[in-house]
Amino acid sequence: MMQAALASRVTRRSESPGLWMLAWRRFGRDRVGVASFAVVVVFFGVMLASGLHLIAADWASEVGVNYAPPTFARPNTSDRDAVAPEAPRGEKARGANPDDPLADVLSEIRGKEPASRDETGVADPLADALAEIRAERSGAATRAQTQSATLAFGGDRWGRDVLKKAIKGTETSMFVGLAAAALTALLGTLFGAFAGYYGRWIDDFFNWFYSIFTAVPYLLLILAIAAVLNQKGTMTVILILGLTGWTGIFRLVRAEYLKHKAREYIQAADAIGASHARRMFVHILPNVSHVVLVQLSLHVVLFIKSEVVLSFLGFGVGVDTVSWGSMLNEAQSELILGYWWQLAAATIAMALLVTGFSLFTDAVRDALDPKLK
Amino acid sequence: MLAYLVRRLWQTVPTLLGVVLLVFFLFNFVGGDPAYLLAGKISNPEQIENIRRQLGVDQPYAVQLWIFIKQIATGDFGVSWATNEKVSEIFATRLGPSLTVLVPMLVIETLLAVSAAMLVAYVRGSLTDRTVMIACTVGQSISILVYIIVFQYVLAYQLGWFPVQGWSENLAENLLKYSLLPVVVGVIVSIAPNTRLYRSFFLDEINQDYVRTARAKGMGEGRVMWVHVLRNASIPIITNVMSQLPGLLTGEFLIERFFSIPGIGREVLLAVERSDFPVIKAVTIYVAIATMLVNLLTDLLYRAVDPRVQLK
Repeated sequence: MMQAALASRVTRRSESPGLWMLAWRRFGRDRVGVASFAVVVVFFGVMLASGLHLIAADWASEVGVNYAPPTFARPNTSDRDAVAPEAPRGEKARGANPDDPLADVLSEIRGKEPASRDETGVADPLADALAEIRAERSGAATRAQTQSATLAFGGDRWGRDVLKKAIKGTETSMFVGLAAAALTALLGTLFGAFAGYYGRWIDDFFNWFYSIFTAVPYLLLILAIAAVLNQKGTMTVILILGLTGWTGIFRLVRAEYLKHKAREYIQAADAIGASHARRMFVHILPNVSHVVLVQLSLHVVLFIKSEVVLSFLGFGVGVDTVSWGSMLNEAQSELILGYWWQLAAATIAMALLVTGFSLFTDAVRDALDPKLK
Repeated sequence: MLAYLVRRLWQTVPTLLGVVLLVFFLFNFVGGDPAYLLAGKISNPEQIENIRRQLGVDQPYAVQLWIFIKQIATGDFGVSWATNEKVSEIFATRLGPSLTVLVPMLVIETLLAVSAAMLVAYVRGSLTDRTVMIACTVGQSISILVYIIVFQYVLAYQLGWFPVQGWSENLAENLLKYSLLPVVVGVIVSIAPNTRLYRSFFLDEINQDYVRTARAKGMGEGRVMWVHVLRNASIPIITNVMSQLPGLLTGEFLIERFFSIPGIGREVLLAVERSDFPVIKAVTIYVAIATMLVNLLTDLLYRAVDPRVQLK
């Protein structure tokens, strides 16, 4: 029995490590790669916890005063009367520009209650109705007492916690990026596999399709589709990004299939009677999956950026959803009033994730293809 | 050469047809009935029928497609649904402002990115190289929106170095006053990814045998890098620069919107917001045509840069 165990250990040891094992070892030696992997894992955790309503589930509740400043920015004010919500900062700094084109508008906005007017200076026709609903929902009396003067990372126009919004935005933006990248990788791999494997008219057809999609600049195509769909929502964004972004993966996967289908192992698979589908997806696919994997994570970054731009422009996620793009949209008008924290929160969250994911992608590519380095 | 040109132009026909079909499919099947969009909320069936007749959407699809192809061929896309301005007129008046910002941006950015990439490729592996690369990665990860918002706020609004936004009739004033900050922002946004990309092109060349040969015969480092290496690395660089050219036609959507530049990009965004289909259709088709022509031009440029390239 001991001999058998020994023998099995010997055979296991003599087995040469596979591509993934080798890649994993190389990856483990890459310190930047491991660190960025940790960042990505943390963001995954935040996304999942937020998606399961474990954290930031109450992001929409108005826990602070309007535009509550971050606690670290003014640590001494615990009394809420001491904090006037209108324009606490930036007023002095702005004096530097004598011909401030917005001065009149700004002073007008500041003179008003934030609840009844928005940044454009247009009276909100629903303000009364909204106030009523809010009062009903939270109870006006208790609400005034529970609102805090400062929040951990500041508050937005309605006194919602910016940190919680950033977490919620992370969930939305990251989910859109991941789902759209998965869809695009699926399409690109399928199209590329068919075109490269079968060749001839199928190849011609898909190449024609490819040339159409690459003839129109990416952002223009997305905007055109957004215009005809004319509806907002997380699902819409995922579909728009996923259905238009497959061209890059298609080209690479097709080239790989062209190369692999002529190899001996595929002839051998043919000889033992493997079907076309089996040869394509059981024999070849594992050998090109590293290309797909690297492309997948490149596209996650690309799609997160695209989602932010789309949502900022108002063609992205719905109005009741928070994403980094919609946060930046609000932050743009807040910055003029001197409230910088929402901009900072969205920017930092996005920069952390995108930098982490980019470095992670680089490390994965280096680990899977050491020749590139 | 002529035969090559004719063949390449002939090859673009099926692609163009595909783009036409794609746009037609998008706007006629996915988009729903445009008459409802146009009529708005207050409308009765007669009005809608009337609008349908005017737009020609009550015709069979084959006829509509033929009308669309005729529009493309004649360049007459009718009038904008939102402003009643002629679509061709919109193009003619919006192209100038877009180019005023985008041509300087592309030229400056390319020169800076190529120089920076060559420098860091030359000192590859050093502290400078790694610092620049990390800075590029971080810089790339910040959304273009943040750059625009912060630069506009700090440089134009607080410090007053540039006008916050605006545009005039005078080309010189536009170039020297209003397009300065947009160009700065555009250069900063695109320089990080391009420096990274060009660096990898230079690294591919820098270890080649001809570089050693050039050094061995006593050539100065400047000449080795700027003449020998640059010329050999220029094919992928040209590909990348040329691939940005169709963007000139659509403009930088976001930059034009933030700085209120009356260019094509801003017009496209407005059209998308207002469901102004004729404008979007026209832009999509013409940009696709321009992209194909630019691709052809790129291949011709390869030949000019590298005489070994065979045009087939």
